[in-house]
Amino acid sequence: MTDTLRRLMHTPQGVLGCALLVGLVLACLFGGAAAPYQPEAMDFAGRFAAPGIKHWLGADQLGRDVLSRLLVGARSTIPLAVAATFSGAAAGACVGTLSAYLGGWWDEAITRTIDAVMAVPHLLLALILVSTLGKGSLNAAFAIAISVVPSMARVTRSVALAVRQQEYIKAAIARGESGSWIVLREMLPNVAAPVIIEATIRVAFAVMLFATLSFLGLGAQPPASEWGLMVSEARRFMHQAPWVIVAPSLAIAATAICFNLLGDGLRDALNPRDER
Amino acid sequence: MSIAWLLRRLLTVLYTLLVVSIVVFGLTQLLPADAAVTLLGENATPEALAAVRLRLGLNDPAWLQYWHWLSGLLRGDFGTSMRTDQPVGPTMFIALSRSLLLGGLSIAVMLVAAIPLGMLAALRRGKAADVVSSLISYLGVSLPEFVTATLLLIVVADQFQLLPATGYVAPSENLVDSIRHLILPVATVSLILVAHVSRMVRSETIDVLNSDYIRAARLKGLPPRIVLMRHVLRNALLPTITIVALDVGYLLGGIIVVEEIFAIPGIGRQLIVAITTRDLPSIQAGAMIMAGTYAIANTLADMAYAMIDKRIRYD
Repeated sequence: MTDTLRRLMHTPQGVLGCALLVGLVLACLFGGAAAPYQPEAMDFAGRFAAPGIKHWLGADQLGRDVLSRLLVGARSTIPLAVAATFSGAAAGACVGTLSAYLGGWWDEAITRTIDAVMAVPHLLLALILVSTLGKGSLNAAFAIAISVVPSMARVTRSVALAVRQQEYIKAAIARGESGSWIVLREMLPNVAAPVIIEATIRVAFAVMLFATLSFLGLGAQPPASEWGLMVSEARRFMHQAPWVIVAPSLAIAATAICFNLLGDGLRDALNPRDER
Repeated sequence: MSIAWLLRRLLTVLYTLLVVSIVVFGLTQLLPADAAVTLLGENATPEALAAVRLRLGLNDPAWLQYWHWLSGLLRGDFGTSMRTDQPVGPTMFIALSRSLLLGGLSIAVMLVAAIPLGMLAALRRGKAADVVSSLISYLGVSLPEFVTATLLLIVVADQFQLLPATGYVAPSENLVDSIRHLILPVATVSLILVAHVSRMVRSETIDVLNSDYIRAARLKGLPPRIVLMRHVLRNALLPTITIVALDVGYLLGGIIVVEEIFAIPGIGRQLIVAITTRDLPSIQAGAMIMAGTYAIANTLADMAYAMIDKRIRYD
């Protein structure tokens, strides 16, 4: 693992991605404390204040400081998306490994079903789920986790099929270990690395999906300063104050870029032969 | 491509649609809304509610309701909208035709832009053109559609007043106006596709350029243009087709958002209206039609793959 990290830091994507990640983690941990204003403090005299010394990134339609809202909003945007992706990835990894372990008819049935579920676009699946569960951040995160499961199951299965052929799996079967032991203790740890890389790239999608759901009014609810919601609320005022919309848009983009870079960097670090 | 392969492929599509129908029906059944209350409003009398429940078969067990719905679908009957009391099918298919226009144009733009961009980046690997195109593609992949759309609206429609901001005009009505209304939505949807596909084309082209048969083609003295067009392009495009087919999924998701932002009365917008008003038959029909479109697009991509690459034999 340390070896992988060292190689990651030798790729330009890895360095840039890690730097962005450090910034995002700092914003999540200390954003609230570092914010110059309260995120919900209104100032009607300062409505639509342009970016300047008082408000570095300007103020919105209620005179709330955009920078403070961004910093505080990091916490309601990023951790949920990360948690949703990794829990969905874990569930998908279990399904994929199980499918590869069972093989034969079961494998065929599970794979076909996964392919079929993947015919429902992620956003559509998430939309239907959220409309069933009701709007809100947690429900949106749950919907994202579910929509990650099928594609991660497919990725995991292809890795697990190779692991299934290894001697130690045959040995475990010969020892008479139970199926759940073999799947959970023998196979899963050995498919973890590629799964983590795929999941990292998918965090970028999850952040975008989460922001999109909030943008459509189905995720985070006002007065939260979730970034997608900030864009959605600022849309009506984009003629007067484009900066209110540009700041959270760039924050979402930076987060997605960060995880895309990290994922690509990790992939390169694990496949050193592949010089692209 | 044998008949047997086509038949098997068709079976896969049917199985896909069956699973999707179970997922869609199952999820929408869990909706906390009582369809009878949605239909009649909160103040309806218990007798009226009971009558509607009986008429819609809401007292039947879930599997029976599913069966009625599914057999309706097979006859081409998508049910009646709870919001407008109109048949859902025709409304959805008219909306789908508008979405297909948007989606088809986006794919066309993507093919025209992404393939040359990706190949250029591969040929100028490590030079300025490559770096610039990598940066653009990273940005494109990392911007959600709603962000791209609003930024485009601010700059193009608002600051410079170059194009209309929202709305839809049918091409049969006024072609020029129709195109002017479609430019920003198509640009938004195709950006993420161009970004993704051009990266794919780049890495595939680099692989092909390093292969032995390209070296052989060069050594035997073929002009570079011929090598590029006849050997590199064709081999680099093959894996790209698969990616394009998978990207139809993003495309459909992107269309939902873009139609909502630009007020285009396509299937995505219908679906969002259906979800916010909890109009069950419309949600089910919209989701089924979208998933069906995706399954068919994937099958077409597989067929195109087999036609371009004669080595692949499906049997």
